[in-house]
Amino acid sequence: MSVVKLKRPELSVSDKLTLPALFKGFLVTLGHAFRSLKGKSRGAESLNGSGLGVTMQYPEQKWDEQMPDYYRGVPALVTDEQDRERCVSCQLCEFICPPKAIKIVPGEIPNEDPWAKVEKRPKEFDIDMIRCIYCGMCEEVCPEQAIFLRKDYAVTGTSREQMVHDKDKLYEIGGKRVGLVNKWNELK
Amino acid sequence: MDLTFLIATSIKIGLFFTIVLTFVAYSVYAERRFSAIIQDRVGPNRTMIPTSILGFKNDLKLPLGGLTQPIADGLKFILKEDFTPGHVRKSFFWLAPCMTMVPSLITIAVIPFMSPIAWDNGETTISGAIADLDVGPLFIFAVSSLAVYGIAIAGWASNSKYPFLGGVRASAQMISYEIALGLSIIPVLLVFGDLNLNRIVQEQSANGWLLLPLWNEAGMIWQSSYWENGGAQRWLLWIPMVLAFIIFSISIFAETNRTPFDLAECETELVGGYHTEYSSMKFALFFLGEYAAMVVGSALIVTLFLGGWSLPFGLDGLLVDDGAFPLWASLLHMGVFLSKVVVFILFFILVRWSIPRFRYDQLMRLGWVVFFELALINIVLTALLIAKPTLDKQGPNVFWISMAGLAVFSALMFLLAKTVDEIVGPGKRTAPKSSPATAS
Amino acid sequence: MSETATASPPLPKDLAAEKGLVNVQIDGTWIQVPKGTRMIEACKMAEKLVPHYCYHPKLSSPGNCRMCLVQMGMPPRLGPGQDPEFNEEGYQEIGWMPRPVIACANTVAENMGIRTTGELVEKCREGVMEFLLINHPLDCPICDQAGECRLQEFSVEHGRGGSRFQENKVKKPKNVDIGPRIRLDDERCIMCSRCIRFMDEVAEEPVLGFTDRGTHTTLTVHPGRKLESNYGLNTVDICPVGALTSNDFRFQMRVWFLKETPSIDVNCGTGCNITVWTRGNEIYRITPRENNDVNSAWLPDSHRLAYHAFQNERRLTQALLLNENDEHRAVPMPTAIEKAAGGFTNFQPEEIAVIASARMTNEELILTKKIIKALGTDRYALVARFEESDGKLVSADRNPNTTGAKLVLGNEDPFSQMDAIREGVTSGEIKALLVLGEDIVDDAGFSNDEVEKLKHLVVLHLLSNATAGHADVVLPAASFAEKRGSMINVAGRLQRLNRAILPPGDALPDWEILAGLLAALDTESAQPNRIEDVFQMLATEIDEFKGHTLTSVGELGVPVLETGVTIPLLEREKERIKNREIVG
Repeated sequence: MSVVKLKRPELSVSDKLTLPALFKGFLVTLGHAFRSLKGKSRGAESLNGSGLGVTMQYPEQKWDEQMPDYYRGVPALVTDEQDRERCVSCQLCEFICPPKAIKIVPGEIPNEDPWAKVEKRPKEFDIDMIRCIYCGMCEEVCPEQAIFLRKDYAVTGTSREQMVHDKDKLYEIGGKRVGLVNKWNELK
Repeated sequence: MDLTFLIATSIKIGLFFTIVLTFVAYSVYAERRFSAIIQDRVGPNRTMIPTSILGFKNDLKLPLGGLTQPIADGLKFILKEDFTPGHVRKSFFWLAPCMTMVPSLITIAVIPFMSPIAWDNGETTISGAIADLDVGPLFIFAVSSLAVYGIAIAGWASNSKYPFLGGVRASAQMISYEIALGLSIIPVLLVFGDLNLNRIVQEQSANGWLLLPLWNEAGMIWQSSYWENGGAQRWLLWIPMVLAFIIFSISIFAETNRTPFDLAECETELVGGYHTEYSSMKFALFFLGEYAAMVVGSALIVTLFLGGWSLPFGLDGLLVDDGAFPLWASLLHMGVFLSKVVVFILFFILVRWSIPRFRYDQLMRLGWVVFFELALINIVLTALLIAKPTLDKQGPNVFWISMAGLAVFSALMFLLAKTVDEIVGPGKRTAPKSSPATAS
Repeated sequence: MSETATASPPLPKDLAAEKGLVNVQIDGTWIQVPKGTRMIEACKMAEKLVPHYCYHPKLSSPGNCRMCLVQMGMPPRLGPGQDPEFNEEGYQEIGWMPRPVIACANTVAENMGIRTTGELVEKCREGVMEFLLINHPLDCPICDQAGECRLQEFSVEHGRGGSRFQENKVKKPKNVDIGPRIRLDDERCIMCSRCIRFMDEVAEEPVLGFTDRGTHTTLTVHPGRKLESNYGLNTVDICPVGALTSNDFRFQMRVWFLKETPSIDVNCGTGCNITVWTRGNEIYRITPRENNDVNSAWLPDSHRLAYHAFQNERRLTQALLLNENDEHRAVPMPTAIEKAAGGFTNFQPEEIAVIASARMTNEELILTKKIIKALGTDRYALVARFEESDGKLVSADRNPNTTGAKLVLGNEDPFSQMDAIREGVTSGEIKALLVLGEDIVDDAGFSNDEVEKLKHLVVLHLLSNATAGHADVVLPAASFAEKRGSMINVAGRLQRLNRAILPPGDALPDWEILAGLLAALDTESAQPNRIEDVFQMLATEIDEFKGHTLTSVGELGVPVLETGVTIPLLEREKERIKNREIVG
């Protein structure tokens, strides 16, 4: 039963005359306007409205406390408890990225490196934040739990170059993330 | 032509144009704030005076509530790139915005913004309108109907499909509603027996507003003198006047291309309609032209139906000094007039944010099947009501027979209109006989 | 036989036997396949995929991966004096065997039934996959094979999704350096032994082998040996997992980003068929493409890695002109072509010579021929490159298109005039030289002084080199991966180059530059607009090309000449097929 047949509502006489119905409509919007002016719009309190409607006055007030856990802000790379780059540059995020914002140049870890057994890590890892659409697919596809969408949202820059987050910037935003799956380290 | 007239007219032109343009600018602001409030938002509330770009150290942070927003908007429009696409007919493309803006502004010439000012101890009076024409409403219709050319030309000159559709829609819509518009005020003119807007307002000042005939020269509604001097006649005429008011107001909505009649520029269907290809100041002219039309439309409705500059309940009589209004009274009247216009503009805005847009065939049917007939019938009805005393002299039942005739005439007319609409109407809504489903 | 038997229509088995075929029922459908076909090949003919790891048609079949298990059925064995019963279609009832057989090492028989699906087969595959994955590391994110890994593919198709293995995985050597071009990861190895068999049977340098037993079985090189064979990288191609990876391609790019362009190799006269793998405007690797008339499925490492030669900073990207101060300055290509052609008009035809290359395509050569004609000279030569054949795929002739050059230029020995030209340059008799696609200082024995003496030297080349250093006009050409064209290999097979990437900077496909030169030298000549137009010239002027177009050549080429030259590796393969050692 995917089709549900609905019966159209019967119109009363005042509805058929249109004008009374229109005025009823005006009253609805006007009532809304008055409630809004009094700061009593529905949801004004929970959304921390500024007193007019439900809107928060952005730069002065911020949403950070109300931010839900699933909020998707800027993507960033993370290191593990031992400061190892979690990313092994498998390039799946580059592949899945719908706006093609991610660019990775893979590189080999030299034999003298303590993490030489991981063999591979990104030489360059750029995310073009002008292109990024914050979809979170990179986070979802990452087999190494290396890329996460953080709660930062105010990404600004005065040039296109500044809006490209390179590897250093990405690790700076991402920081250390503990308690993830331990695949390459000895923490098990 | 004497000097006083010249100077007074120049001052009036300057003053009224400034007022209207300010109204236009601030009605945009009002629209944005009001709609925001309706939708639980804030709207533009933090535009300030950027004194820092003038060389000062800091921006002046006054709690203006965004009142400088129209200035910022204007600056933005002027400073934006004025892009003329390569595929347009350039001369017409440039002409179109002017042709939309100018008619709206010209129509304010005949609208009385205030009561006449007596001068030289009543020797000369200066009219409250820029041009005190004896054919006021006709002038307004004649000029404002030119605005459709601007839109039609814009649609055609843009040489692209959405503007073209917008232009065609606008022309059809405006022509359709101009008929209802013109016919709907004939009853009003019948009542007043005058085409001079200033005198119409004076008449309303004395005998009660057309929609609010609560007083007349003889007294208030609760005084018996009111009823003895034609009070009953006014209330009888009140019914067709309300009808005329409704038709006229709605037709004004259609004429100004505002929701729910903004089919010429509806974003959801036509991107931007006739102004899709326009940018910068040329777009601003369309934008302002629309708001100017709205201001003028409001002014006209106020003038015709709500007593123009007059105060209610014959209070104007108290202001008369030596048989004419002194200057301060006229200015007070201007304030009254503008307040009424503001209320009406707010009503315009409320309508826009409450009512969804018509479908085009519904729009056409409303214009041709409902309003056209209704306006026609309204004329006859008003005429009969005005002629009732005369008719009563002809015989005891002549008036009622005439009314019965009108009823039959109306019924026949609606029947005819409906039949015609069903045969050739744009939205033949009778579903086609469904063919039997093919057995699979 | 009774009369009724002869009157009845012939049975399918008899019809098939006449043609040397047998009837096999594969997943319910009867098909006819040649007698002696392996079951796995019969399934391939029926377009039924049988997953496999160790089986490779060009190698022997040890049957050790057990992935190709299928269910087999034969007609019931007849009792003494019992007549076979045929159903109305003429087939005997199939009695299905309760246990599976490997499809790669068994051959088909008359009235055989094969099931590639069904509970038994699917359970078997699931079990085999589970065993293979027990010790397989979760390396996919760093493994170069990911994306073209059979283990990944079959794990998705036939695996069970989760692991039941609780114990510790066996640790084996990782990242082992087993040769100059190859890296071995033993944990990823599934012991299919394809590489061992390849090195033994095709490369004929058996250096790989297994040590230890059971789950500890480890692939390794023989003690004291390295996998240094010039065919070693083919083991990387045939490795179904990421155990053997190429040092050259290691961690460069994931395969799913790469675009495949079929083309041919230009490093020797064999003209091995290759696939060029590119992303953006860069080549990431080159792998062999199967062509049983040219290179089977193999490619020498030297040829495979040769593309790096033009991936360096010496690559010419702009047309250069020598100015009064003896400095090369970049100019627009049309200017350079005009100057190049204009320079020759100052000389008598006998003062001009042309050195072309047998590395050029047929299209470029016919334009060269027309340029030579337009210059009025008859002094031209190609640079010969004859070395020793390796007895497999590398031809003695290291020029890829000598056969084509001979045919197009209509000269049985186009190399012969080289010495005469060199003497002419030395004596000052030749004052203007057009060098196409060659470095005459390094490759044709000219000395720097000789080249310096020339009044007008035009060089068309990929790279800046010694000859280009002396040139008055340098025209930047395109590499084999940046242009289209055709070549004829030593065996007389016409094959096609395809464009995989765009030439860098101002560089243009050679034929476009040559067409420009020709237009400037001979304004009345026909102007080709497309490479197809040039091929049309070949088709009209040379009999062997008649009836062909660049499109009709196809990805596998067409034989146009009988040269009598054979490719040794193919000959040996044919012999092995005849001996039924391999399927081929």
